[in-house]
Amino acid sequence: MSDNNILLRVEHLVKYFPITRGIIVQRQVGAVHAVDDISFFIKSGETFGLVGESGCGKSTTGRTILQLYRPTSGHVYFEDTDLTTLKPEKMRLMRRRMQMIFQDPYASLNPRMTVGEIVGEPLIIHQVAKGAAVEERVEQLLSLVGLNPAFSNRYPHEFSGGQRQRIGVARALALQPSLIICDEPISALDVSIQAQVVNLLEDLQSQFGLTYLFIAHDLSMVRHISNRVAVMYLGIIVELATRDELFAHPLHPYTQALMSAVPVADPAVEEKRHRIILEGDVPSPVNPPSGCRFRTRCPLAREICAEKVPEWREISPMHWVACHMV
Amino acid sequence: MADLLDVKGLETRFKTRDGMVHAVNGVSFNIKEGETLGVVGESACGKTVTMLSLLRLIPAPPGKIAAGTALFQGSDLLTMTEEEIRHVRGARISMVFQDPMTSFNPVLTIGRQLTEPLELHLGMSQAQARERAVELMRMVNIPQGEDRLNDYPHQFSGGMRQRVMIAMALSCTPQVLIADEPTTALDVTIQAQIIELVKRLRDEIGMAVIWITHDLGIIAGLAKRVLVMYAGYIIEEAPVKELYGNPLHPYTIGLMGSLPRLDDQEHRRLISIDGLPPTLYEKPNYCPFAPRCTYAYERCWKENPLLLPVGVDHRAACWVDVKTGSPRE
Repeated sequence: MSDNNILLRVEHLVKYFPITRGIIVQRQVGAVHAVDDISFFIKSGETFGLVGESGCGKSTTGRTILQLYRPTSGHVYFEDTDLTTLKPEKMRLMRRRMQMIFQDPYASLNPRMTVGEIVGEPLIIHQVAKGAAVEERVEQLLSLVGLNPAFSNRYPHEFSGGQRQRIGVARALALQPSLIICDEPISALDVSIQAQVVNLLEDLQSQFGLTYLFIAHDLSMVRHISNRVAVMYLGIIVELATRDELFAHPLHPYTQALMSAVPVADPAVEEKRHRIILEGDVPSPVNPPSGCRFRTRCPLAREICAEKVPEWREISPMHWVACHMV
Repeated sequence: MADLLDVKGLETRFKTRDGMVHAVNGVSFNIKEGETLGVVGESACGKTVTMLSLLRLIPAPPGKIAAGTALFQGSDLLTMTEEEIRHVRGARISMVFQDPMTSFNPVLTIGRQLTEPLELHLGMSQAQARERAVELMRMVNIPQGEDRLNDYPHQFSGGMRQRVMIAMALSCTPQVLIADEPTTALDVTIQAQIIELVKRLRDEIGMAVIWITHDLGIIAGLAKRVLVMYAGYIIEEAPVKELYGNPLHPYTIGLMGSLPRLDDQEHRRLISIDGLPPTLYEKPNYCPFAPRCTYAYERCWKENPLLLPVGVDHRAACWVDVKTGSPRE
């Protein structure tokens, strides 16, 4: 942990959700393997993209990092502090440094609170400001995210989806955090509004030197915003590299299939593209396949893939992949 | 080739407590046999309501088809009797909906839901319909199709459900398939499967497809001609290559600039369209895009532009020639 440029380090993080049966005496009959042994680090000031399809564990990863879910095992180091062993009151102090922007701008704002109360609440909870200072800071934050400060006594329902997401961004910025976990922040928005929010996030990053963990399923958007990208499939990271390296030389068959499945808005390009169509659906995380998790849909799968879990290897500098066939 | 479907001046309104909502404002388009037409637009631009109006699936009241004609093989869908439209719906024009989770009846087996249109429209016996249903399940690549007919919708995954939905829509070999954002609720790898499936079936059956989406990428590889809708109007129409290579309406240009592309060479700032789409409570007598448009000038605020030819097979509704930035004649 000597590299002081590293803001967040995740080591062998595991999160299982128990499946129980019985009403009075609950027995555990299985577990959803939501996140199963993943490791990565995020450098200060970068945008780290975490991409994958629904149910692959990317949101659980984000929430487990913030200790909103307690990890089953593994460690999360923020700077040099291990968050997984921190006492609740210490953790609360750490939360000032890391905030979250949620996917659904309709569900993540309390409909009974005014915008001013929503954005000001973190300041009051963490006793950073009081009284008139809160109001002043709220106005500052609202204009920072491109909302009229005079709107602070309006309620969330008076705003459109894009504006609500701006309120969510203002709330996340209130405590001047270092790390913001953006959990699908634009997927609920219309195309022309998505660009507005992405541009805002980029502007704020260059202004305050923020570090983002950007969770999304939209590969083109992740490519646009990230410096480094990790691809998740069924609870594990299958490939991780810098943006340019990953998109120029995808090595894992899942990454390749995922990229070929994304349509490009250009008929001339579309005509020439070769699509890898994956068979079937993602298996259940309750009972993931043995060996390599992708083998049930993988066009390259061999015997070894069922027998042995592929090793997480650094193929070239800063390019990791977990596949027997690479 | 003659037009299979010819829609002219379609207007649909909804009467709500807050006033009249003008959802579709004089939409005209046509589609030929076997052609694939893409309809692009953001939420609430009227793309779904247009299609529902054609099939007369608009709940009335509050909805009302206020004007227009829609000739399908010579007969007007909008004025035919309820009995007649029922023979068109599901049999000759069928529709696949966005949400594969809610468009099935949860208490009937998939088999029952697949055989119902066959018995109703084609007069098949139960045994015949069952046989055809097995065939349909095979056609959309559902493994163990025969056994799965006895399953209920919740026992299928999202992608599988959408396949069954497509099987159901194709059961009576329609001439037109209307696909209303059929892949929006699905993951990209599953989306690729579904698009591939529809392309294959389209070519096998030779049906026309109207594909509604907000994703310009899907349309690029699928459609031959594209309509762009905004605030209940068609604002641009062109063959697919022409539209992507030479967009002439500021909204279309903005929409394309706001999307990052997987094959972008360098990091560029996304072009965002400022402001919000209009509410549809009034039918403006100016260009509905003017409040968000960087090209807007005096005339745009006085007159709503008509959809006029701007090139070969290319129509746009704009008072500005975006190439030069100067007013159009």
